[in-house]
Amino acid sequence: MEEILGLVIARYNYWIYITLMMVGLYGMIAKNNLVKKIVGMNIFQTAIILFYVSIGVKKGATIPIIEHSHDVAHQAVRAADYINPLPHVLMLTAIVVSVATLGVALAVAVTVYQRHQTLEEDEILKQIREP
Amino acid sequence: MNVHYPALLVIIPLLASFFISAAGWLRPVWCFPLAVAAMAGSLLVSLGLLVDVLLGIPGLYWFGGWPPPWGIYYRVDHLNTLVLVIIAAVGFVNLMAARPTVERDFPEKAGPFYTLYVLFVTGLLGMVVTGDAFNLYVLLEIAAITGYALIALGKGRAALSSLHYIFMGTIGACFYLLGVGYLYIVTGSLNMEDISRLLQPLHGSNVVIVAFVIMMVGIWLKMGFFPLHAWLPNAYTYAPSPVSSLVAPLMTKVMVYVMIRMILTVFTLDYAFLVLKLNDAVVWLAVIAIVAGSLLALAEKDVKRMLTYIVVAEVGYMVGGFWLGNRAGFTGAVLHIVNDALMTFCLFLAVGNIIHVKGNSRLESLSGLFRTMPWTMGALVVGALSIIGVPPTCGFFSKWYLLLGAIQSGHYGFLAALLGSSLVGVVLFFRIFEIGYFEPLGASHGPAHGEGGAAVREAPLGMLVPLWITALSLILVGLYTGEIVGRVIRHAIPEMML
Repeated sequence: MEEILGLVIARYNYWIYITLMMVGLYGMIAKNNLVKKIVGMNIFQTAIILFYVSIGVKKGATIPIIEHSHDVAHQAVRAADYINPLPHVLMLTAIVVSVATLGVALAVAVTVYQRHQTLEEDEILKQIREP
Repeated sequence: MNVHYPALLVIIPLLASFFISAAGWLRPVWCFPLAVAAMAGSLLVSLGLLVDVLLGIPGLYWFGGWPPPWGIYYRVDHLNTLVLVIIAAVGFVNLMAARPTVERDFPEKAGPFYTLYVLFVTGLLGMVVTGDAFNLYVLLEIAAITGYALIALGKGRAALSSLHYIFMGTIGACFYLLGVGYLYIVTGSLNMEDISRLLQPLHGSNVVIVAFVIMMVGIWLKMGFFPLHAWLPNAYTYAPSPVSSLVAPLMTKVMVYVMIRMILTVFTLDYAFLVLKLNDAVVWLAVIAIVAGSLLALAEKDVKRMLTYIVVAEVGYMVGGFWLGNRAGFTGAVLHIVNDALMTFCLFLAVGNIIHVKGNSRLESLSGLFRTMPWTMGALVVGALSIIGVPPTCGFFSKWYLLLGAIQSGHYGFLAALLGSSLVGVVLFFRIFEIGYFEPLGASHGPAHGEGGAAVREAPLGMLVPLWITALSLILVGLYTGEIVGRVIRHAIPEMML
């Protein structure tokens, strides 16, 4: 029991991202309304963004800005003092991608609504089967 | 020749798409010439890179002058140069064929269409040329998002199909991104070769297994590998025909290339074949993909939809061929990326012409078409023979290598699936030939245009010329298979397989 608890607490960031990812996946699979599916998709993408952000963290480290770097130009920088900025920078790109995907998905959903007058998937499929 | 070629390959169409977008607002007539110029530029650069590779000059490009582990770098070698040429060539030729349909079906959307078209090709070229795992994700999403929008331009069910494709495609891309994240946790690098070097001592790690499996599932989702293909048929069927003839031949093939690149360069063959020993299982999955794709194609009554299931089966060919893990199988898989892109392109163009003239591509509306549209149907026959695998066409040669690979590795299930799927191809296409050749003209379409025959004419010349260029290239590539394999693909085969 204690081992499992340790596994959960010590790596809580992974548990949170997996839970969020599954929430998103459930929304995409189980929901009938297309906008709810799109919301699920966005939760799914956000889970991965949070995963990346969490892997840059280090214990006792601060934000990766070197203070007074002009004055002490030749001092060695201790990497352990600063959190890893690279995953965060990558996620700026991934956020842009997820916003773009969301935008396209919503625009396509508007087209679907204009064509079928509904966003409930079962009603749309019924319309398609009985023209 | 020019050191900047690998960068220009992506930058020319990327910048052009901005100008096309602007021209769409200001001077819509400029959109098409700009798109042609961009595609021609990419094609020339990709041909230049092919010449470089043939001469033995490595096409390496460091962005901003940053050396590899820190900066993004582009790399052209024997494995991807052919794929680049095929993408650029299909993008260029299809653009020519697209114009009559775009001008007739959605003239008001010409600006956005050409912008998305050029951006889509940018994404594909970038995915193939990049040497950075995260950069590949970004370019993958550029190609995917423009692809969703292009597919949604279609009529009727296209929007819903595109939305389903968005859901599945996003899951696929996110899984790939997650795999990259896991690799980053253990290696701290994003450069493909650097990751590979750092992974060597970590081959027993569970994190690497998770990364490998998640990444493969993501890539398979994107390429429509059989159990994960559900989005593909609808998306490619309901897309406008110039879009399906661009997306269907290229997207799946590029994802197959990405799979090969990831395994060869990042995880290494040792890991995939000797540590994980997944090869047998994946080849059996490919067998199922081929059989299921062929059978589902047999059940379809619409030619375009039938072709989408053939794409599903062909993905099985390439995945299975690669995972056979021997020289002939690898050669067959890489050669089939090139050949299958051309074959499906030819068929989708021919079906695009039929849809342009007849309005749909249902089997019954093909009756008598050999008389009214002889050129289109002639090219369709060449493409069909290539899919079946009749000797002078290129489809025969890649299938031959795949069969050789299956025999050499003793995988008779794969052998049977290849032969069986060729037989199904014979049934599928000879049914089309029979309807087109022997059934009387106008048996099914009503007297809407007075005489049945008067309304049906051959497709415009602007669509026939690209179609026949493609059809002839099928035979030409088939005749020069020896050159392609001997001078390019042979050098891409990893040492482990020799």
